[in-house]
Amino acid sequence: MTPGDKKLYLFLLVPAILVLLLFVGAPICQSIFLSFHRDIIALPQLKTPFVGLDNFGELLRDPVARHSFLITVIFVATTTSFELLIGLLIALLINHRFPGRGALRACVLIPWAIPTVVSAQMWRFLFNDAYGMINYVIFGVESARYIPWLAMPGTALSALIIADIWKTSSFAALLILAGLQVIPDELYRAARVDGAGSWRRFWHITWPLIRPALLVALLFRTIDAFRVFDLAFVMTPGGPADATNVLQLYGYKKMFVEGWMGYGSAISVSVFLIVLVLAIIYLRTIGRHLMEARA
Amino acid sequence: MKTGLFRKPLFLAATLLTVGFSLAPFLWFVSSAFKTQTQLTAIPPQWWPAFSMEFFRSAVLHYGIFHYLINSVIVAGSTTLVTIFLATLAGYALAQLPRRVSQIILMGILTCAMFPQIAIVGPIWKFLQIMGWLNTYQGLVLPYVALTLPLAVWILTLFFQQMPKELEAAALVDGCTRLMALVRVILPLSAPGLFTAAILCFIYAWNEFFLGLLIMTDPLKQTMPVGIALFQGEHVVPWGEIAAASFITTAPLVIMVLIFQRRIVTGLSAGAVKG
Repeated sequence: MTPGDKKLYLFLLVPAILVLLLFVGAPICQSIFLSFHRDIIALPQLKTPFVGLDNFGELLRDPVARHSFLITVIFVATTTSFELLIGLLIALLINHRFPGRGALRACVLIPWAIPTVVSAQMWRFLFNDAYGMINYVIFGVESARYIPWLAMPGTALSALIIADIWKTSSFAALLILAGLQVIPDELYRAARVDGAGSWRRFWHITWPLIRPALLVALLFRTIDAFRVFDLAFVMTPGGPADATNVLQLYGYKKMFVEGWMGYGSAISVSVFLIVLVLAIIYLRTIGRHLMEARA
Repeated sequence: MKTGLFRKPLFLAATLLTVGFSLAPFLWFVSSAFKTQTQLTAIPPQWWPAFSMEFFRSAVLHYGIFHYLINSVIVAGSTTLVTIFLATLAGYALAQLPRRVSQIILMGILTCAMFPQIAIVGPIWKFLQIMGWLNTYQGLVLPYVALTLPLAVWILTLFFQQMPKELEAAALVDGCTRLMALVRVILPLSAPGLFTAAILCFIYAWNEFFLGLLIMTDPLKQTMPVGIALFQGEHVVPWGEIAAASFITTAPLVIMVLIFQRRIVTGLSAGAVKG
């Protein structure tokens, strides 16, 4: 590589990095900056005075924020565990070689491919309190007993969780499948020769070898589940009684509906910090696998 | 059979269950688009639609979903083109740079994809407002490019790295410059990688809702997901029209998935596992 080449390569990298800096790097820095200031969209004449940690202090005292954090954590924990479990089962299934495997894979991909907004409207329709399919399946034609799932605090969050599991289990399945496919067939053949049954083959070969892929899927899904917005916005708009007011929705309301940029930024910076910690864990894990693979 | 975990009937049942789980709710929902208003709210449910086009007509005439569709095509199309162009340049450079350097830059780029959108939208919105770019196509396309670049750069770098170095060396010996080698030798051979990255970018931009909602407040500029989310009837929720709009939005995606499922799977797992 000549010095001229090196210059060319750096030059080729510039546009991409510039876009990322302008629309991801700089905004994050500005969000952090804003979170230490008071900034109200409707009152630009107040400027943006520095208020130190006031926004964060208020955030800790804000009961809605605490509740929002709690339900987001519940949402993340339940969706990711179910998605990994269902994802693992689907991955084990698709990993078989059988005629029609491509068609099955395409079917599984469809929930992942459609817009979240469409799946949110779909689930809103299915959970409808007057003619929804879910009420019909449970109560038959006795429409007097139909339950308004999305209008009750106890069931609204569960409905959101079900919708999310449906939408993203297939993505988890794909990540796990990639891990399954690198397991050499010889291992299974050898185990079979040694007389290991299918459960023992699963526990002693498949399970230890897909754990890294499961970990990747876990962290990917956790990071993504923390960003939940579309589902809550369409299915319940945060209600009833804030029962589905997830963090990103709460931050959005504070910033863009009520116009509290500074306070909203404190919320978004908090979400960012949570996700950053998860991202670091994720990248370190991946990094270690790289090292092991190269050694 | 790789694991032998499933006996035959169990295997068949699992396959049917998976297909049902993935397709049944969606098919039920889009089938409502082809029903009549009485069929839609009937209890017990009417399984077979009358194939009435009334809801499609109403969605087009009363809700003007063609506007949304055209906006979606413009936004998702330009996002894909710009992203692939920038990602090709960056991916080519990263594949040539020493591994240690490219690894660090790639990690940095990939980290950008993990940030929650809420942490960047406030400042992006302010920036676009200052530029007068709210409710413009470039105002939505540029953030979308930033959000789709990481995965595209990742896929293309991996793809270019696997390409035999001799090809480029031969082109250089024949008197090509680096850039000519990229355009004439590397790119034609990279069509599969470019295509995979393009499909994933397109799906992302086509489906994105949060930024679309914030940046496009003018209904004439809104994309399909924003339109579908904000669909309002006068008294009741217009389920038939929502289903019709959903059908139109998802049809291209479903076709893409059916044709390119293998590519999509490879692309997604390259982004996550190969490292």
